[in-house]
Amino acid sequence: MIKNLNKLIKNLTLNELRTGLSITAKELVNKKITVQFPEERTPISSRFRGLHALRRYPNGEERCIACKLCEAVCPANAITIESEMRDDGTRRASQYDIDLFKCIFCGFCEEACPVDAIVETQIFDYVFESRQGSIMTKERLLEVGSQNEKVINQTKLEDAKYK
Amino acid sequence: MELWQTFVKMVHALVPWLDGTVAIILIIFIKAMALLIPLMLVVAYFTYAERKVIGYMQLRIGPNRVGPKGWLQPIADALKLMTKEIIFPTKANIYLFLLAPVLAIAPAIAVWAVIPFDEGIYITNLDISLLYVLAIGSIGVYGIILAGWASNSKYPLLGALRSAALLVSYEIVIGFALVTVVMIAGSVNLNTIVQAQQGGIIYWYFIPLFPIMIIFFISSLVETNRAPFDVVEGESEIVGGTHVEYSGMTFAVFFLAEYANMILMAVLSVIMFFGGWHSPFEAIPYLESVFSWIPGIIWLLVKTTFFMFLYLWIRATFPRFRYDQIMRLSWKVFLPITIIWIFVVALMTQLQLSPWF
Repeated sequence: MIKNLNKLIKNLTLNELRTGLSITAKELVNKKITVQFPEERTPISSRFRGLHALRRYPNGEERCIACKLCEAVCPANAITIESEMRDDGTRRASQYDIDLFKCIFCGFCEEACPVDAIVETQIFDYVFESRQGSIMTKERLLEVGSQNEKVINQTKLEDAKYK
Repeated sequence: MELWQTFVKMVHALVPWLDGTVAIILIIFIKAMALLIPLMLVVAYFTYAERKVIGYMQLRIGPNRVGPKGWLQPIADALKLMTKEIIFPTKANIYLFLLAPVLAIAPAIAVWAVIPFDEGIYITNLDISLLYVLAIGSIGVYGIILAGWASNSKYPLLGALRSAALLVSYEIVIGFALVTVVMIAGSVNLNTIVQAQQGGIIYWYFIPLFPIMIIFFISSLVETNRAPFDVVEGESEIVGGTHVEYSGMTFAVFFLAEYANMILMAVLSVIMFFGGWHSPFEAIPYLESVFSWIPGIIWLLVKTTFFMFLYLWIRATFPRFRYDQIMRLSWKVFLPITIIWIFVVALMTQLQLSPWF
């Protein structure tokens, strides 16, 4: 009886509703922690595995020697390599394609590479404008590498002591 | 009112070749536009305020990309809706399909004709303005029912059925709730009701009618299909209810009607229970003279803004009611309490309880 009366009074005074309203009122004035993405970015680990890049040596020579270890290790079969002999007798890739639709960004290619040629950068906000755009050719990979060489070098140095 | 008469004289002086009838029609048109354009602007920015307030309550920021701080967001929304294609379902009744949004927005705007904004500032001073509000306001339900039926689609029909039952039962509650106000004020003229609340905050009707005020406000949430009673739309249950088949401008008209109705209900709450255009500092010795320079319309708008904010606050807080619970709330809780309170008010009237009678 008393219990029921208590419940009735609580209901009629909108007790629970006022509790709920006070919570939302408190959140209204709380500080917001939203990150305004294109202007602000959250910190990214130096091990982050984003868009791929092919690197060059400081003298401008491309690192990749077309050993096809990355092609072999790739679990998604995303990498296609054709090799050729250059005039100076070295073996280089004539074709180096990564299909980003197939790629699962596991980072095995980077680990398999004996000359640190293929790396995964911290870039994650890229777009393709056509269906063919998903295939990163050797030229595009080298361009990503040359554009971001500084950042790549930095992150690899940071991560080197843990490898 | 003097201001208005000078304005009428000015129009006559500027265009003397206008004879009586044309001048009157022109003046009525100008009056209507003076109400409609600010109303539509308020509706547009009310949607922005809604997204901002709800965003803040959910620890988000809300729209902030279009224009400085997102201030142009409602304009962008309006442009988007206006340029979108209006799709007619193949088997829909196109005439009724197009009539429905008109029937939704016409009453929502027509009711504003009798709302008094300040001493003497209104479009028309109808002696039965409260009856007019209830009568015209009820037509709005036809818009929703027609929209559901004319779409010839199952979810809109379900939404229409829900809205028909809901609005009918809550109109009874609102009607009875307003009866108590009429009993105290002794008039169904909104102007007189506000004038009767003159003389300070203790004369406002929310004090003798406190439970009725809460019931009226909650019922107005149902009448305007707002959360937590938005079962007519109920996105998670019936997709979007009566709005499912509407797109582009036809949808925008429903949207405008809903928000215009919401502002209307906020204004009605202020007029009925919170002293309309009267300042809350009336009859307080020092404060009255400090705030006496603020015109009554500002007080009305401030109070209305508070109730509009309450709508958003409630929407951000409560989950949607189950349909049968809303019906139970109406018939088993609100209606008995209101009827009991009618007797309480009758008793108060008989006892000449000061200061309200």
